[in-house]
This record gives sequence, C-alpha cells and structure tokens, in this order.
Amino acid sequence: MRYLPLTDADRREMLARIGAKSMDDLFADVPEAARLKSLVDLPRHKGELEVERIMGAMAARNMTASSVPFFVGAGAYKHHVPSSVDHIIQRSEFLTSYTPYQPEIAQGTLQYLFEFQTQVALLTGMEVANASLYDGSTGTAEAVLMASRITRRNRAVLSGTLHPHYAAVVETVCAAAGMEIVTLPARPLSREDFATLVDDKTACVVVQNPDVFGSVRDLSPIADIVHGKGALMIAAFTEVVSLGAVTPPGHMGADIVVGEGQSIGVGLNFGGPYVGLFAAKQQYLRQMPGRLCGETVDADGRRGYVLTLSTREQHIRREKATSNICTNSGLMSLAFTIHMSLLGERGFTRLAALNHEAACALASRLEKVPGVELVTPHFFNEFTLRLPRPAHEVVHALAGKGVLGGVPGARLWPGEKAVENLLVVAATEVNTETDRVKYEAALTEVLS
Amino acid sequence: MMNREGRATTPGNAARPDAFQTHSGHRALVQEEPLIFELGRPGKIGVDLPEPKGTQSRLGNTARRGFIGLPDLSEPEVVRHYVRLSQKNFSIDTGMFPLGSCTMKHNPRLNEKMARLPGFADIHPLQPQETVPGAFEVMDELARWLKVLTGMPAVAMSPKAGAHGELCGLMAIKAAIEARGEKRTRILVPESAHGTNPATAALIGFTVDSIPATPRGRVDLAAMKAKLGPDVAAVMVTNPNTCGLFENEVREIADAIHGVGGYFYCDGANYNAIVGRVRPGDLGIDAMHINLHKTFSTPHGGGGPGAGPVVFSDALAPFVPLPYVVSEAGGHRLVEHASEDPAAKPFGRMVAFHGQMGMFTRALTYMFSHGADGLRQVAEDAVLNANYILASLKDVYNAPFAASGPCMHEALFDDTAFEGVTTLDIAKALIDEGFHPMTVYFPLVVHGAMLVEPTETESKETLDVFIASMRGLAEDARAGKVERFKGAPFLAPRARLDETAAARKPVLRWEPPKRAEAAE
Repeated sequence: MRYLPLTDADRREMLARIGAKSMDDLFADVPEAARLKSLVDLPRHKGELEVERIMGAMAARNMTASSVPFFVGAGAYKHHVPSSVDHIIQRSEFLTSYTPYQPEIAQGTLQYLFEFQTQVALLTGMEVANASLYDGSTGTAEAVLMASRITRRNRAVLSGTLHPHYAAVVETVCAAAGMEIVTLPARPLSREDFATLVDDKTACVVVQNPDVFGSVRDLSPIADIVHGKGALMIAAFTEVVSLGAVTPPGHMGADIVVGEGQSIGVGLNFGGPYVGLFAAKQQYLRQMPGRLCGETVDADGRRGYVLTLSTREQHIRREKATSNICTNSGLMSLAFTIHMSLLGERGFTRLAALNHEAACALASRLEKVPGVELVTPHFFNEFTLRLPRPAHEVVHALAGKGVLGGVPGARLWPGEKAVENLLVVAATEVNTETDRVKYEAALTEVLS
Repeated sequence: MMNREGRATTPGNAARPDAFQTHSGHRALVQEEPLIFELGRPGKIGVDLPEPKGTQSRLGNTARRGFIGLPDLSEPEVVRHYVRLSQKNFSIDTGMFPLGSCTMKHNPRLNEKMARLPGFADIHPLQPQETVPGAFEVMDELARWLKVLTGMPAVAMSPKAGAHGELCGLMAIKAAIEARGEKRTRILVPESAHGTNPATAALIGFTVDSIPATPRGRVDLAAMKAKLGPDVAAVMVTNPNTCGLFENEVREIADAIHGVGGYFYCDGANYNAIVGRVRPGDLGIDAMHINLHKTFSTPHGGGGPGAGPVVFSDALAPFVPLPYVVSEAGGHRLVEHASEDPAAKPFGRMVAFHGQMGMFTRALTYMFSHGADGLRQVAEDAVLNANYILASLKDVYNAPFAASGPCMHEALFDDTAFEGVTTLDIAKALIDEGFHPMTVYFPLVVHGAMLVEPTETESKETLDVFIASMRGLAEDARAGKVERFKGAPFLAPRARLDETAAARKPVLRWEPPKRAEAAE
C-alpha cells in the first residue's frame, strides 16, 4: 500500500526487537471477544486512478455554482478566489502542520494568525479578535455564552432576522448550557421592541447585519436600548464582504461581533469547512473563547509570536475553561488572510462596491417582473422578494431551467406560512449581465 | 516562571553563542519577514477588479465612512510574504512529527485533489436538493464506512472537530436521559483525559467527577464503581487512552455504567490505533467521536479545520442532531427540520449547514485508497512503530508503564531519569535534531510526560534516526551537558519565546503608527 513504508522484513525485525512473536501479541490488552479475526465487510485498497473515477462520478452528479446563473446566499456566498490563495494554503508547511504548540518552529502559522486577528479587528471595528472559530453559527453560540459569563445573566434574545440556522445552534447549545433563549418570529423589516423584550435577566441581544433577508440598518439605536438595560449587543454577519461598504458593527455599539468569513478565500464547499470570525471589546478579552496569538520576544530579543492567554483554555483549565474548543479553522483563516492581503484597502472596498452594484442591478430587473415585490429597500448584496406563490416551487422550476435563483422561505423556516412566498436572493461580483438577463427571463416565464 | 503543568514559560538566561550576523537580517533560506501591515504602500493592488459604475446606492444610512486600515500590496509581494512565512513552519512533510494524541501522519495529496473537484468544492449548501445528489452520496457512503468500521448503527456527521463531537455525544446522552424523564447531573472523567472532555461536560451543565488511574495507567475500575450512582449520566473514557494503553477492562467499565443507567462515551481521538482491528460497537460503547483529521488523515492545516462525526449505539441513535441524510428508494434526502422525519427525536442543530464536506471528501478518498485491508494495516503499523520506539528507548528514558506490557499507537516516557534536564529541554533539543517534539506535559497523570506517536507513515529508517537522536540526548543529559539543552533550540528561526511576557501585557494585533496615514 502506497502510504505505508514498512516492509514485511521491517515488521519481522521490529517485532523481534520488541520481543513479540506476532502482531497479535501487541493487541493482547484487547478483550479476546472484541478482536476482529478477519477484515470488515468493505472493499479492498485501490490505486489513485480507480479512486479518482469513483469520486469523480459522484462529483459529476452535482450542479456547480460556476456552471449556471447562480444567486444562492443565505449564509454562504459565491465569490471569486484568486489562484494564489489556494496555491499557498496547499504548501506542505501550512497544510500539514499542527496547532503551533512549539512556537520556535511554527512562526509561519503564528504570524499569519496575528495578521488574521488584526484584519478581523480592523474590519469589524473592534479592539481584539481571536484566531478563528469553526464557523459563524458556532461562533454565535460561543458569543452568547461569553455574554452570559460577562453579565452573569442567563437569558438571550435573538432577533427574528438572525439566520434561522444560527438561531437553532444557539438554541441547542446555549439552552443545554442552562440559558433561556428567546427567538423572535422571522419577519423581514420587523420592528422588534427590544425595550420591552430585554429585562434585567437578559445577558444579550443577537442581531444580524446585513440580516438574513439581506436588509441593512443602523444598529446604534438597538445598542443604546440594550446597554440601557445592562445587557450586551452581539452583532452577527454572514457576508463579510459587506464590511467593505457598510458601517462595521464596532462603530454601531456592538460589544461582541461574530461572523462567517467564508466569502473571503474559502469557497462554497457545500457548507464547510468555513471560518468563524470573532471580535470583542478589549475589556472582555479574558472571557473570549478560542485561541489567541500574541506578540513577544525570543531569548535573543527578536520579535516573535506565541499562543497566549491559554489559561482560558480547556487544555489548561479543563472544566473551568471559557470554551471546549481545541481545533479551530487554521487553514481557512490562512486563506482568508491571504485573500484579504491581496485585496487590501482598495481591492476590498472595490469588491464590496461591485457586489452592491451587482445586487442593485439584479433587484432593478427582478422587481419589475409582474407579481414580484422587493421587500427590502436597503440591502448590500442580498435582498428578499415576495412572490405571488410559494417560493420553493418557483426555485425548483428555476432549477429546472438551469438557474439557481436563491433560497426560499420554506427551506429556512419550514411550515411558516408568513414567509412561504419569500425568496432570498444573493448577487456577487461573479454574476454577469447575461446571468441577470437569464434570471429575469426565467422568473418571468415561471411566474406567468 | 512555570505554568500549571510545571513547564517553564520564560526563556531563562541560558548562554546562546554569538551567531554569525548578516547585513540584511536574513539567514539564507530563513528570511526575516515583517508583518503584512508593515509592507503595504498606497497605490498597489493584488487583485484586478473592474471599476464600479457608480450606481445609486441602496445602502440607506449604513454606508461605511473612513478607512479600514488594510495594507495595499501587489500579488508577487503577497505571495512572497506568505511563502516566507511558510518556511518558518515545521510540518509532517518536513520530517517526523511524533506529537502524541494528535496523529500527525502523511496527508495524501489525492485527498486534496478530490476535495477540490468543482462538483464538491463549488456547490452551495442551500441549493435545491435535487441538484446535489452526488454530495449526499458522499455523506451517506462515508457514514456507511464509519458505521461498518466501528460496528455502530448510527452516525452524526455535522460536528466540526473532536471537541464539537464530544459536545454532540453528550447532548445526545442528555436528550436520552431527559426522554426517560430522569435528571442526571454527574459525568465521570479519568484524570488522564484530554482537557476537552471535562470542558465539554461542564459546558452543558454537568458536574465533572474525576476518576484516578491505576499504577498500570488504566482507569481504576474499583474507584470508578465507587463513584457510580443514579445521578451519573455518563463516563467519558478515551480508548486507547492518553497513556497510549488499551483499557483492558473496557467491557467491565461498560457494564458498570450501564448497570446504573448511564451511558458510555468514548473519546475516539486514538481510534487510529484500532481501526479495522477492533470495533467500538463490540466494547459496549454508546457514543464515540472520530477525528477525521487524525485517523482518516484529512490534514491538520496548522490547527484546523477538523471534522468530528459521532457514531452512536441504538440507545442514542434517535437523538442524532439535524441535519442528516436518509437513504430512500428514490435516492438520498437531507432532513433539515424535525418536521420532516416524525420518527426521530433530534436534540437540535450543531452547525449552520451539513458538516465539514471538504473533510468528508478527503476522508472518503483516504478510505477508498486504503480499503478494509489497508486500514487494518494502518492500525497494526502504527502500533508496531510505537512499540519499536518504546522497546528502543525504555532503557535510557523512564517509561512509566512499560512494565505492564505493550503500548498501542504511542509510547509514553518522562524526565525522571535526569537531573537538571527537563522534558521541555529535551523537546527543544529535538527541534535542533530536525524533529518536531513529541507531546509534552500531557497526560497530566505523569509528571513531565513525553508522549511519542510516530504513526504508521514513518519508515523504519526514519524511526532509527529518531531513536539514535533520542538516545544521544539521553546520554548528553546524563553527562550533565546542560548548556546543550538550556539554550535550545539553537538552529530554529527563533529561540525560546517569552510566553510570560506575552500573557502579562497581551499584544494581540498590529497597531498603526498613525491610522489615517497608514490607510491613505
């Protein structure tokens, strides 16, 4: 087998050194009844060519985003990733290294983590950021738990415009941790009355901007209300590119910012791996979850980087840790850092402008289709349409015409009649005018 | 300055010989590299994008004002920057990386190629289900391999790493207990456990009760039984355990916990030692996470991404979280909401989408490549390599459990054989020898632990060089050549770093000299 270097002669020689007669001697501690005598019922080993054929056949059954006019978002976005990003993250020294526990021989990983933390802090308008979490949804649950630790309160209020899967993750994890989670009904543009919803037991309010319907708004008035009750405002986002055009949550009063970084560097990947971005005010640093990379000096006085404040973490603090997280999204944070470095200030803000223009151009076309109403007047690169009939039927019909037109309300909130006719549509820099024309024509045809 | 494990966190004052100095600060292939923020200059660009048309904005009152502060660079500068950084990293492709419990084995590039097929990498988790049948096929086929290999009837695919899998397992246990109308608050965790075990249990409100180890490095069964009661929800046992030993009384542990109505959670971080040779389903286990990035060689990527599917017994199978793939006459279907599968009782949802698809394709590629025969050989060679190291070093390093028989996939030593030379010193000296150090100061049950996991992908030739280096270091330590250790590493891109200073006054981001100017 090509991945196994030992020869039979090696094995015999090694067993002799060990003083064992056979491999079975080495498994002597396994109860006799549990020792498998023969191979499990699965196929035998295969060469590269054969494996490529099997995997390739399965891959070929899927409709790829690049092959059709593509407008699906709601938490994951199709963007162009420069070639050098994927090339660099496949370098052995990044791809096949480990969490940087030995900093003298892991400065490469540590320095990019320091750069990543800086980028995330700058983008979100916050003071400190960590070295990534699994994704935006798990990061949101970590943020709610962190708010509970800071405020010593046990209740969280989730806006109905938070991505429902993010809300479900918070409900699952934080309720199990003993918190009371109140999730408001999903309605676009709903005016949620946080002044009455937040009480003196509420640790935090979670709002999303742009929200799951694509709507953007100033969060400052919410922050004022929430702070007035002694609670924290957690601001979530699923589209990090928005931060190149929209006021960052840190400038609108957010105490903790959490979001999905997939748009930059990572690709769609059918939902994972992605990269969770997590930032907070400096005063909450010691309650943060996840790895932190800090600057220091070595014995010769040279600048270097180490993992730091690990007394918050599970491998030191065990049951008293701020989180159970160990592995995070190292390689995806590298992809993010490289892509963001290539873009720079000018490229990133331009990318954001192009995304907004793509969405405006698409909205202008689709809102003219008979029976279609644009629900969200203010948006970044994603907006919501109200259709004259259930949106999931329309989406299936569009897919049949080779257009992936968005995410229907029933996919996100099954059984919710009030949102059944809503369609969440995303547009990015990858969409061409031809794509938009095709979408408009297909939608017109499906609805007629 | 020592940390809680007794490990030094400051470099100390050991002598370091004057190094040859260059004018540039670079040292041949090791280039000194500033932060990306110190390299940018306005006017450069690394991605060519069309000029925006200047369409009327629909951002309302939320348009961003002012600069972000990101540096501007060209593509060649960015590429060189990150390539230079990469050259300061030790990786499994560089050399032997015997980091115990972490399973640093060869990462086949075929896995990378398959994960990047557009049919897997360029599909959206929420596009219509009928447009992605091949993706569900991958998930279902990987699930089948995991179930057959482990002998367990169900698997939750969505957890994103080992610790996330532990959370999934304990949540299912919590749901099963609640479904029985009971309340149980305590979880038993051996002292030798990974830190994630008690952290996970505490996260969802369980009290953690520690079980001591026997002098043979196993769970003290009598002590465990003494702690059992109707309030015990589960026991979390790593098997093979973190001392690199198989828990030979695993069946008795299972019977004991089941006897009081609790569940047996197994931390499967070390499953690579037994894959194809032992099925956890035959050991009485109710739930076990599998680190795809360990046993099934999806790369560690400098600390992730991982993937942590959890296999479940019949007792816990109904509680598998959303979403999951079901196989039906017409093909596969993804169940995303409880209403779509009335028979099930999912405990909730752990992630936004369907799990680490990019890791699923890699792991499945690895499984197809190895097959049933290759995977069994993986376990055997991993165990053989570890025992070869144990047999070759136990006369010069103290091996606390060597007397109790063979180890599994990792060999455990400590520093008690030496005066004035610690585990940390040996680790740092190994860096100069061209090896990544083993896991140090873990497990906590052994003072000054050195946990060596060679994995099955090291050749005998490499092991022999490693053994010779380790023996040489032991000799130096016995001979009192303390300087050789205290200043180490001498040959790495950096000398020992001051962790105490880093923690005392944390600097966690670059700050611009003058922000407006830097962003201009």
